[in-house]
Amino acid sequence: MSTKSTDTVDERIGSESLLSRLMKRPELGAIAGVILVTIFFLITADSAMFTLSGVLNFLTPSSQLAILAIGAAMLMIGGEFDLSIGSMVALAGLFFSVAVVNFGMPLFMAIPATLAFAAAVGSINGQIVVRTGLPSFIVTLAFLFILRGLSLVGLKLATGGSTQLRGVREAVEGDFLVPFFSGDAFPGFFAWLASIGWIETFKNGVPKVTGIPVEILWSIALVVLATYVLLRTPVGNWIFASGGDPEAASNSGVPVKKVKISLFMLTAACAALLAIIQVLDAGSTDARRGFQKEFEAIIAAVIGGCLLTGGYGSAIGAFFGSIIFGMVVIGLTYTDFDQDWFQVFLGGMLLLAVIFNNMIRKRVTGER
Amino acid sequence: MSDAIVHMENIEKRFGPVIALAGVSFDVSAGECHCLLGDNGAGKSTFIKTMSGVYKPSAGSILFEGKEMNFDSPRDSMEAGIATVYQDLAMIPLMSVTRNFWMGREPTKGKGLFKRFDIDRANEITMAEMQKMGINLRAPDQAVGTLSGGERQTVAIARAVYFGAKVLILDEPTSALGVRQTSNVLATVARVRNQGIGVVFITHNVRHALAVGDRFTVLNRGKTLGTATKGNITAEELQDLMAGGQEMATLEGSLGGTV
Repeated sequence: MSTKSTDTVDERIGSESLLSRLMKRPELGAIAGVILVTIFFLITADSAMFTLSGVLNFLTPSSQLAILAIGAAMLMIGGEFDLSIGSMVALAGLFFSVAVVNFGMPLFMAIPATLAFAAAVGSINGQIVVRTGLPSFIVTLAFLFILRGLSLVGLKLATGGSTQLRGVREAVEGDFLVPFFSGDAFPGFFAWLASIGWIETFKNGVPKVTGIPVEILWSIALVVLATYVLLRTPVGNWIFASGGDPEAASNSGVPVKKVKISLFMLTAACAALLAIIQVLDAGSTDARRGFQKEFEAIIAAVIGGCLLTGGYGSAIGAFFGSIIFGMVVIGLTYTDFDQDWFQVFLGGMLLLAVIFNNMIRKRVTGER
Repeated sequence: MSDAIVHMENIEKRFGPVIALAGVSFDVSAGECHCLLGDNGAGKSTFIKTMSGVYKPSAGSILFEGKEMNFDSPRDSMEAGIATVYQDLAMIPLMSVTRNFWMGREPTKGKGLFKRFDIDRANEITMAEMQKMGINLRAPDQAVGTLSGGERQTVAIARAVYFGAKVLILDEPTSALGVRQTSNVLATVARVRNQGIGVVFITHNVRHALAVGDRFTVLNRGKTLGTATKGNITAEELQDLMAGGQEMATLEGSLGGTV
């Protein structure tokens, strides 16, 4: 944002230091967190963690979480929660698998259908929250169970009693859209990098890293798009306003209800995108897909600077929050620590982030 | 008056068995500040909410520039040119001044998919409009939460004026403010009135009303107790009308005439 100074300066207003300007950015905490965690693992972890393959190794789960967390962050900025996104991943995975396996749909039909289905479920969430005025926490908690249950029942119906649906990989074999949603991107480029000796190869000349996992590219595309929408479009302003104070926003002519319902649809569609990527990757789906991911996504969003009360936060923050998450989960396997420290770390990180965010909010709003 | 921008005739409003307004008439002309005074529960809020389209009157008519209007929503009245600045609901503290100023009416540039919030122009206009109102912002991205109560009111008023309000309804703009901030807001009200905007100033503070008002209407128990013009009424008379006369007289005696 521009920082043009006015012609006449109020003598009581001191100039702002760079630090206090930075402090106002919601993503600051998450970026600082990434740096801290990186330093921690540089000291404690095996050096393999920060080779190219090691980095991609932790960025893959990070970016899968980021796809959810960016949607969750947008919704949180808009003043609502969605606890049902984890279950949505399972249900969308089921819908997608059934479309591909049982109905033999090509991906160019199955993918938009899955996204539309998820968005429709999201809009039900949104309609209920907006119309009843109930807290989204409780409405989507109900959907956490409803959708998980539907996924289980649906899976058994689709498979004749099993809780796993296989055969997705065979069903989509040769589909022109597969490379966009699964595997590694830019294999040719990486093969070339290997051939000129810039990246490591196995003994037979095959590069150790064959490309960038597509989910990383998807999450980067999403974070760029979400940030653009939030900071540079009228809709972005409406999202902040709807979360900051729905009544003031609606008095000023912001279509608060539409904004909120659309955000619920977006969050559910993000869950569906993750489901499609995961199902294509695994070649099957099961009822535990996305289990507890809603909490991880919300934690990533909070670490990324989103306030639980809405109206403040950033997609970039949620992205970095997810990276912290992936780094810790995967990073601990490179160290001598017991991996179960992960949960302790997670809780501690969340607590720190909330305290930090609260401090920032007071600073921004001038509360004392 | 014939040149009134808004003329409210015999407005009645009932909520079930409760009669909130029992035939209130009120009008405001361009370039005038018409104060609506009343104690808590007199029906001031119901009345302005009817005027700004939040409630539909149970009976009576609203004439806007001579034409009968039927506001279905606050948006309708806003589009007609009636802007309401609510005491506490005007601004979102976590958002920047610019984002608050343009909320719901963001300027855009570009076309189609590339239509985007023209933040530079928005910042520029916001800074200029705020300076006209006598507020120097540190930066347009300063959060509204860092402004004082009076400054927030001023941002809200500046916003309404910029977006072409013909009538500005101010709901108790000074009731939560300190002395200095109150005079700033009153100065802003005077400035806005001199620009030719009709101001409806709701308050229960007689001195604030007398400072900027041209006409004064007192509301008590859902009825108007008459309208007085500037110079024809004293603070004490207004106070008595608002309180409904007798009890206040005895109270005032015991308080030594300081209320």
